[in-house]
Amino acid sequence: MRLARHFPVTTLAAAIAVVGNAHAQTEITVATVNNNDMVIMQSLTSVFEEAHPDITLNWVVLEENVLRQRMTTDIATSGGQFDVMTIGTYEVPIWAERGWLEPLDGLPNDYAVVDLLASVRDGLSLDGTLHALPFYAESSMMYYRRDLFEQAGIEMPEQPTWDQVRDWAEQLHGSEEGVAGICLRGKPGWGENMAFVSTLVNTFGGRWFDEQWKPELNSDAWVNAVQFYVDLLGNYGPPGASSNGFNENLALFSRGNCAMWVDATSAAGKLYDESESDVATNLGFAPAPVAETPKGSHWLWSWALAIPESSEHKEAAREFITWATSQEYIELVGETNGWTNVPPGTRESTYANEQYSEAAPFADFVLDAIQKADPTDSTLEPNPYIGVQFVGIPEFQSIGTQVGQSIAAALTGSSTVTQALEGAQRATERTMQRAGYIER
Amino acid sequence: MTTQRTSSAPPAVRSLPVKQLLLTLVGWSIALIIFFPILWMVLTGFKTETAAIADPSFIFSPTLESYQAVQARSGYARFAMNSVVVAFGSTFLALLIAIPSAYAMAFLPTKRTKGTLLWMLSTKMLPPVGVLVPIYLIFRDVGLLDTRTGLIIIYTLMNLPIVVWMLYTFFKDMPKDILEAGRMDGASTFQEVFFLLLPLTLPGIASTGLLSVILSWNEAFWSLNLTSSKAAPLTAYIASFSSPEGLFWAKLSAASTMAIAPILILGWMTQKQMVRGLTFGAVK
Repeated sequence: MRLARHFPVTTLAAAIAVVGNAHAQTEITVATVNNNDMVIMQSLTSVFEEAHPDITLNWVVLEENVLRQRMTTDIATSGGQFDVMTIGTYEVPIWAERGWLEPLDGLPNDYAVVDLLASVRDGLSLDGTLHALPFYAESSMMYYRRDLFEQAGIEMPEQPTWDQVRDWAEQLHGSEEGVAGICLRGKPGWGENMAFVSTLVNTFGGRWFDEQWKPELNSDAWVNAVQFYVDLLGNYGPPGASSNGFNENLALFSRGNCAMWVDATSAAGKLYDESESDVATNLGFAPAPVAETPKGSHWLWSWALAIPESSEHKEAAREFITWATSQEYIELVGETNGWTNVPPGTRESTYANEQYSEAAPFADFVLDAIQKADPTDSTLEPNPYIGVQFVGIPEFQSIGTQVGQSIAAALTGSSTVTQALEGAQRATERTMQRAGYIER
Repeated sequence: MTTQRTSSAPPAVRSLPVKQLLLTLVGWSIALIIFFPILWMVLTGFKTETAAIADPSFIFSPTLESYQAVQARSGYARFAMNSVVVAFGSTFLALLIAIPSAYAMAFLPTKRTKGTLLWMLSTKMLPPVGVLVPIYLIFRDVGLLDTRTGLIIIYTLMNLPIVVWMLYTFFKDMPKDILEAGRMDGASTFQEVFFLLLPLTLPGIASTGLLSVILSWNEAFWSLNLTSSKAAPLTAYIASFSSPEGLFWAKLSAASTMAIAPILILGWMTQKQMVRGLTFGAVK
């Protein structure tokens, strides 16, 4: 009877408690790519949610290009579908300038902004204000098979040159059955072959645009660099090199099918992992080779977490991104997933950590490459853009992909290098004229 | 006539086994070529990531590690439920709209019927990306982004031209006399459709429905662009295992096998019905 009398009151109280709880719970949607470091971040969701019981994480994981298109549509239309976006060094300044990203000033002291590597921090800032927090960063370097080099009596210098690389590739090509002298990216795309070719052109003394934004794709430096690339990969590369991107070359090198490979530093951890790589015990590494100038010979890229202006849960999103890019998170990954799996290239404290240095012998090497990459001074002659392996303007995605296709055509022999670059020059000029950078 | 047939029969009978054998061989070869990528995908799902990128081989030690990894990372059931609801919901809605419109076009044609049909089909010729932004904005304003309702509406609109065309073809093959006889017996339009037209064209309607389910199940562009986490179907689930940096072939194959399994089983179970429906009236 007593219970019956109090029933409506208790029910109401319970209902209020439930509703109150539902209101306190904030769901944030995180859009990210399926790279190894992001998969680990996803697997640690429960750790974050336990520490922040009022926040629930929803994950949207997509392939890089699909994700980029999906996020661009949402952010350009203020769709508000995402609270956290995984974007790269290319997008951050462009999107920040358009007011699409939440400025990330006033970060807590324990986040230690000064601990972030300066080159990475600058790449994610607009007018000195961070607009995204770095999750991991990479540069490029050369991997080689030490056993083949020793057999051939070749000693790797501290700083190899491209001429030396060509000689070694010639010497080592076919030294064992199925071994190519060198593996390089050939698959067309601004983030695929053009990431590599841009660094090659930089070190050969070329640039994408002069100071008045006039394309220079038919300059001597471009012709020499691309001719060198086509000859090198065509003569000493693996079969079907024009369809190889990062993944394909990683698979080839880890099976022992390449004597040398120049690509992202982020491959080092996988190549050192004996369960995934047949060359783990014979892996050697060196800086990315140089030619005329060391400027821009290796790239700089970072994946970062940003909050779109259209997000309705900015505070919760900020809680998450500061956690996922913190020193505390890096230590958590080191303890739970092993030190070779920590997101590299973002914090000085990572490289000061002895456990990391012991587990990853390439650590100082990667740090040096990232610190030496300067997106504001990446070419021999001055240029008007920011970026080592890309040009930080919205038009670059289409320009880069189009030029990438022309160069892939030269690699397959369906056009000459001169024809490919003349065509690329005309197409780029048209795009730049339409976009108003240069007069018609 | 009969004599002629009898006299020409023996050579035909003698050449039949060879001809049939050749035809069977060609049929099986084509089927194998078409099915091979699916078979390879299923096999790759049972390999380790290292074995998946090694030189192609049918001999390997099967493992379930990719399936376990895929299941541990994201809930298959949630994506599968979204696919089922969206594919069957949009098919039901498309049939509901298409049956009356195909009836009107088949039995009560006007001088604009042919033009209307062609116009409907022409909407399929526009690349979907061309209307992405307006549709995205409309969905944002009416709160349909990342909802099953939104996807059902889009898939209905996407499949409607094909569904109307197919039903129109089936209905047109129906002898009008049967419907007229019903009308003379006092049947209303509703009764005419429900008690005469639908039972008689059921194989055609079933195969149209199945085609619509398959098209909705496999659709990737709209599902990737209009959903994020709550309403994402299996196509988004598959896309989440692709990556430009990292080895993922075995996991991607395992996820793809799990994604196509329901529709593959449905296709096998209903293939007789589908073939019967698609060839409905073809021998008239």
